[in-house]
Amino acid sequence: MISRRDFLQVSMAASAMLGASGFGNWARLAAQQKLTQDELLKFDTFGNVTLIHVTDIHAQLKPIYFREPEINLGVGDAYGQVPHVTGADYRKMYGIEDGSPSAYALTYNDFTSLAQAYGKVGGLDRVATVINAIRGDRPDALLLDGGDTWHGSYTCYHTAGQDMVNVMNALKPDAMTFHWEFTLGSARVEELVGSLPYAALGANIFDAEWDEPSDKFESYRMFERGGVKIAVIGQAFPYMPIANPRWMFPEYSFGIRDERMQEVVDEVRAEGAELVVLLSHNGFDVDKKMATRVTGIDVILSGHTHDAVPEPVLAGDTIIIASGSNGKFVSRVDLDIRDGRMMGFRHKLIPIFSDVIEGDKEVAAIIDEQRAPYLEQMTEVIGKTDSLLYRRGNFNGTWDDLICDALLSEREADIAMSPGVRWGPSILPGQDITREDIWNVTSMTYGAAYRTEMTGEFIGVIMEDVADNLFNTDPYYQQGGDMVRIGGMGYKIDVSKPQGQRISEMTLLKTGEAIDPAKTYQVAGWASVNEGTEGPQIWDVVEAHIKKMGTVTVTPHDNVKVVGA
Amino acid sequence: MEFSRRDTLALGLGAAALTVLPFRVNAAADDAIAAFTGGAAMADAGVTLTAPEIAENGNTVPVSVSAEGATAILLLAAGNPTPGVATFNFGELAGAHSASTRIRLAGTQDVVAIAKMADGSFAKASSTVKVTIGGCGG
Repeated sequence: MISRRDFLQVSMAASAMLGASGFGNWARLAAQQKLTQDELLKFDTFGNVTLIHVTDIHAQLKPIYFREPEINLGVGDAYGQVPHVTGADYRKMYGIEDGSPSAYALTYNDFTSLAQAYGKVGGLDRVATVINAIRGDRPDALLLDGGDTWHGSYTCYHTAGQDMVNVMNALKPDAMTFHWEFTLGSARVEELVGSLPYAALGANIFDAEWDEPSDKFESYRMFERGGVKIAVIGQAFPYMPIANPRWMFPEYSFGIRDERMQEVVDEVRAEGAELVVLLSHNGFDVDKKMATRVTGIDVILSGHTHDAVPEPVLAGDTIIIASGSNGKFVSRVDLDIRDGRMMGFRHKLIPIFSDVIEGDKEVAAIIDEQRAPYLEQMTEVIGKTDSLLYRRGNFNGTWDDLICDALLSEREADIAMSPGVRWGPSILPGQDITREDIWNVTSMTYGAAYRTEMTGEFIGVIMEDVADNLFNTDPYYQQGGDMVRIGGMGYKIDVSKPQGQRISEMTLLKTGEAIDPAKTYQVAGWASVNEGTEGPQIWDVVEAHIKKMGTVTVTPHDNVKVVGA
Repeated sequence: MEFSRRDTLALGLGAAALTVLPFRVNAAADDAIAAFTGGAAMADAGVTLTAPEIAENGNTVPVSVSAEGATAILLLAAGNPTPGVATFNFGELAGAHSASTRIRLAGTQDVVAIAKMADGSFAKASSTVKVTIGGCGG
């Protein structure tokens, strides 16, 4: 039998590169080496400025498993373009060998067996080690957090984000921007932001009443590093009041606001910025479009859509870096800035293999301190799984199927709806399911599991509406989530069609009959953006269901037929 | 006033149900344009219309228009039952030829701005504003 260590052939480990290509070559050159912390961190320091990017951590303090998407469809100009490339096509595009560490980190195939070989990923103590090592090479490197940091776990919910603030403070970021943070409610966000020893950025965070930039967030912060004047501009998630409950932060307005971004870029250039970095929570496709509409941005550090992209993507003169999610990756970007221009870059997407990278002891202690008061509750075993549980992908993952099953049975509904969010770690077959695991895929401040009546017609309207938020050919009209997950109902979707024509063949699974537009159905769901939604919390619903099942087995459902891709 | 859960849900969902499918430009919008321009051709450049791509709240959508040298700007919500929003007139001494307002949109539709220039020519800009149910963010 092949030992785990032997199996750990490096590919991504030595993938530092100059310019926008070469990942495949590096992978092949590195094929004979062993995977070690030194190899993962190896990087020939370049130029005069280093940026470190983390994003969409979703409060994952400890190592987890995270399966990348199998289905991530691009429409319009994004068809077949990064990040809408998965599996074997992805490995081919970047020259990644099947079964290699990079294949495990970046693609979904053989996930269970590769996860057993390579172990967990992430853990903010490991992330701290990587950040410290980069700072060893370049002490004045900028650490930038793309947001979705204060959301997504048992401890984050119970401390209203304080656990994440305490741990991130120990990592000493220079700036962050925002999305799910606002679902803590505006008062709490303002309180936490007021406590931050670093910049809270969002050029598009506006006062809703006056439609003017909010005075509680800076649009940008100027830094001087390596003799270079750097402007870091923030862009919060543009569609927060639509994708999340507006009533939780009614004082704020967001939006893409190209014209505002151009104004801020012009302002920082006039102030002498030689390097303009956009710390963005737009999502990848929106960032790509923004790079062509706003001139003067050198680097976009892209968050929100959870894409892990091993090479920078060029859009005009702008390079776009996407650094994954859930603490699984850290991006290092070295830049050569001379005469007020970006002359070259070197980039590495560093996968955080938890068993290879040794955790920073100081940060590990701070993490354990946050978890200690809740440890007993969190670690309680609720059940066990026979199946791989995952979420990420355009349509239902097995976690979603399990959640929908829980809604159908616990709430006695015909049809279940679960939000197409992209966060939530995976669980391997044979693993126990703890309370913490359930919270990792359900935790939020508006988790009430409602039960309501909907007509067949209205269900169709919801499906079309969400599909357009995902498959509109203009990224500025997308919201960056995935398709609403459905239980108890099958449907067909043609992603190439316009709104109103994508969804067909809606079928009630328990009878096999077509959904009747005039008929009323019992629908259970959670994460409604409407104020005053009532029902038990979704994590309690899922916990009760798993308890009854004991061991869960989820065969991937085949209730969604996808065409036009 | 107290809403039961059923009322609240019905309110939220009912309102959304009405506002989802794209509204077509109705005849009233064409009539309003014809009345303003007298049927004259309209240039594509010269008017800046700033509106959100997706409305945060369809009941109050911030919209700004500007057109250097305009004597008047007509603003229309082309898909509303009553498309007319406003006509902004600028006198000879106007320092800036721009205006901002908030409008209510019945559903996804184009917002249209048409400027009448000092020389009697016209220019047009339009922007699609989506009104959506929302939810399910990444």
